[in-house]
Amino acid sequence: MSLISTLARLEAVRTGRAQPAATVRHRHLSERPLVLVPLTTAGEAGAPLGALVGTDRDAPRLLVVPQPRDRDLRFAFLAELADVVLPYIDTFTEDVEAAERNETDPETGKRIKVEVELCADAPQLIVPSRAGVELVRLLGRSMRFRRTAEQDPETPHPAPPHVPLLGRWLTHFGERARVPGSALLLALTEVLGRHWATGQSSLEDQHLGALLAWIDPPDGVSGAEAALDAELRRDAQGQLVCPPAGPATDPAFDNKLLAPAIERYDRARTALAAAEDGMEADDRLGELTAAEREIRALVESVTRPTWDAVWHGLDLLRGLPEGAHAVDRWTRDRWSFTGHRDRITAGEPPQPRRDDAVTAANKLATREREQARLDAQEALDDPLVMAGRRLAGEAFAGEVTDVVMAYSEGKSPRPRPLVTVRTDDRPHLGERAKVFRSLGGKPQSAEFVDHEEEGALVVLRVVDKMGRGKEPETGSVPEKGDRICFTLFEHEQRGGAKLPDPEETPWTHGGPPGEESTVQESADPVTEEDVL
Amino acid sequence: MTPDTAFDPGAEAGRATDAILRDTLHGTARGVVVDSPPGAGKSTLVVRAALELADAGRPLMVVAQTNAQVDDLVVRLAEKNGELPVGRLHSSDADPYDKALDDLPNVRKSAKAGELAGLPVVISTAAKWAHVKVDEPWRHAIVDEAYQMRSDSLLAVAGLFERALFVGDPGQLDPFAIVGSEQWAGLSYDPSASAVTTLLAHNPELPQHRLPVSWRLPASAAPLVSNAFYPYTRFRSGTDHGDRRLAFGVPSDGSGPDRVLDEAAESGWGLLELPARHTPRTDPEAVRAVATVVRRLLDRGGAATSERSSDPTPLTADRIAVGTAHRDQAAAVRAALAELGVTDVTVDTANRLQGREFDVTVVLHPLSGRPDATAFHLETGRLCVLTSRHRHACIVVCRAGVSELLDDHPSTEPVQLGVTVKFPDGWEANHAVLAHLAEHRVVWRP
Repeated sequence: MSLISTLARLEAVRTGRAQPAATVRHRHLSERPLVLVPLTTAGEAGAPLGALVGTDRDAPRLLVVPQPRDRDLRFAFLAELADVVLPYIDTFTEDVEAAERNETDPETGKRIKVEVELCADAPQLIVPSRAGVELVRLLGRSMRFRRTAEQDPETPHPAPPHVPLLGRWLTHFGERARVPGSALLLALTEVLGRHWATGQSSLEDQHLGALLAWIDPPDGVSGAEAALDAELRRDAQGQLVCPPAGPATDPAFDNKLLAPAIERYDRARTALAAAEDGMEADDRLGELTAAEREIRALVESVTRPTWDAVWHGLDLLRGLPEGAHAVDRWTRDRWSFTGHRDRITAGEPPQPRRDDAVTAANKLATREREQARLDAQEALDDPLVMAGRRLAGEAFAGEVTDVVMAYSEGKSPRPRPLVTVRTDDRPHLGERAKVFRSLGGKPQSAEFVDHEEEGALVVLRVVDKMGRGKEPETGSVPEKGDRICFTLFEHEQRGGAKLPDPEETPWTHGGPPGEESTVQESADPVTEEDVL
Repeated sequence: MTPDTAFDPGAEAGRATDAILRDTLHGTARGVVVDSPPGAGKSTLVVRAALELADAGRPLMVVAQTNAQVDDLVVRLAEKNGELPVGRLHSSDADPYDKALDDLPNVRKSAKAGELAGLPVVISTAAKWAHVKVDEPWRHAIVDEAYQMRSDSLLAVAGLFERALFVGDPGQLDPFAIVGSEQWAGLSYDPSASAVTTLLAHNPELPQHRLPVSWRLPASAAPLVSNAFYPYTRFRSGTDHGDRRLAFGVPSDGSGPDRVLDEAAESGWGLLELPARHTPRTDPEAVRAVATVVRRLLDRGGAATSERSSDPTPLTADRIAVGTAHRDQAAAVRAALAELGVTDVTVDTANRLQGREFDVTVVLHPLSGRPDATAFHLETGRLCVLTSRHRHACIVVCRAGVSELLDDHPSTEPVQLGVTVKFPDGWEANHAVLAHLAEHRVVWRP
């Protein structure tokens, strides 16, 4: 944890309210996000119990699996989820704008510009917490390889139509969420935690109710009290007043309310199956429907508070103006969305179970680049974030006290003005360290020359962005009295080297995928302890 | 006769080197892997292998990890054979290489690989090689510091060569990624793993060698470093007790720093223990203690005697290093040293001290004053780097209570399927080092 966030947390403890950790919103928020509040069943990985989903905060759609162990009911749930999510995604696929992309011409091998489509906007999925993102990924993995009866008439357990497609989209959202700064799939606790520092640990911040209690406590109550209340207060029946944001449910809810309700549902179902005539079946169907309605009411009772909390959190975030670079990152999200749309239209197979060596390396390189870019952009967009970097010695701000014109040696001397900055910051400047400032949105670099007055004065030599002439262009050199801020980190990220195509995977990495040389996974040998 | 006296370090190291060169020059395997403990002559081996490959008329590319390593190799090659034309491929940034290379007549420098074509040896960083495209691959490559190279950067350059010699130190810091990579944990080609891990997962039959003798570490340090960090691949020191000596012209003033200096001069190790306390990372007392030790080290006129020459060499600032875990700690120590008027002492983090060698090192213990022991602070390689940079003595400055801290924080990293568990783990290595240091403890309340 950085020093400034420690200080902010201490201040939150003292004041009883979360403290701002940002002055602008660092993630793009869609005007029409799709909120998904999923619940899973205890004891079985990824078995959905229900969800609230939709784009209208007043009219969420409630999806429930009355018997989570029944695979058919699970499929019905996923099919219903697909009926909500896919039409929402489709509203973004049609509206496109023309854009250009650099591609390698397969014949000449040269880089050329190609006209392509770019979706004008992209869908945005909001889940309450990080565990929700994991569930989206898990659901995606469980669905994308399923086959529908239409795709394969022979398949023994065909999935309902659209379910595999939903799996591919959820996989894409889940994978994209791993890219730093992306906003196709957001976990609300993470985004709120980026913008406010609470007086509790970051582990406790993962409880949406407690987090919101710190950020926006009820009148007359401190954040700490409200958070404790959100975490622990139970009603007369022993149920949490603020149910966990899921996907896991509270054991007291499972044991006292859900389990008996599911048991009633099971009994009603067995009874219906055993009915001997129409009249009896009608009655028993009535009981089954009642039992199902009861489970639906239970699931709604524990998802609705979270649903409202998510929209409350979104309101709080919308109260912050969007950071200048957030829209650039959203554009990259739109590219990512358009790319996946094109892969689906082109009939490509679902994302493989595992990345091959080249894809994995490319993804890691992209994410590292995006992380560095995000760190730089957040600091440039937000003085409070920059203050944190200054405190960490990675940037410094101050007033220009002197500018001395100087020139480089050589045949055509270039301007290399020496700029002295008075600063209270203590940047970790090494010998000839490069520093950068933003000049009209572009980074101008300078190199560190010397310290004076025990570090209070920093002398820099500006080295670029001064035009082509012998005299620097107006406005390109800081002037005496200017307030400026230099960073020790670069503002823009260079693209990495191009990796070989997967078919060209070298021998050190097992050769091209699919060949014998790749390491074969072997199943664990069966031992005497294996009883199943 | 005991095995101790039978051990001839020179002959032992020579045998290992010969076997490595035989496999490299005449073997049939596409790769040869050499594990080298700290100061075992890795660079010497790389230079020798490069010269022999060049002599055999095999075009050679050398991949190192940083520009400093590349420049260092170029200089060493030129020292050994001034006639050999060497290409230094560099980036197109300002000041891409050490200016010392300009004085070497047979070193050609260029930012374009095409302009260096045909030279017997071309050297560059992995990052620069990744941008090079060739029609015909090099016959041979040497990959230096291969354990510090990430799998994905090997992927980017492996198409450039047919066969390669991979040299590195498995005990130093593993490469890292600045974003999570758990997604690929357990895959043989996990891009965040080390290049050697991936290479051996796919090519388990490759010959693997080991350099058995550390010429850097003194006889007082080799057993501890070997036991704590290389328990299954032990090594020895090339010198014996008594071959190296550290002495001071000015006697001790009885203060904590002076007493720990005497202890370290005598035994090779010193632990300056400050009172237990939870502190911020840049613990001002510990930082000042480190600076004071360095100041006294210089003031007391240290002189180092070693097998290199019969006369004692004065212990100057450039032969001393301070190692820390974090960059802000290094910055704090630099500031504290500047206040005491000390300049030219290297102060850096473990990552940046890798591959460097000094006479005396002063280490701020990674766990000193911490309330918790995270995976970062427990990493085996970090402690290994910090405690294996010295030729004479290593002084560790630490707050009391670290072994209790370790006991409170057993390793709890999730076990990933398919990932080979590294032994020893940082927890165990830390305990081993602490137990040894405890014998050389000087308790001091500043």
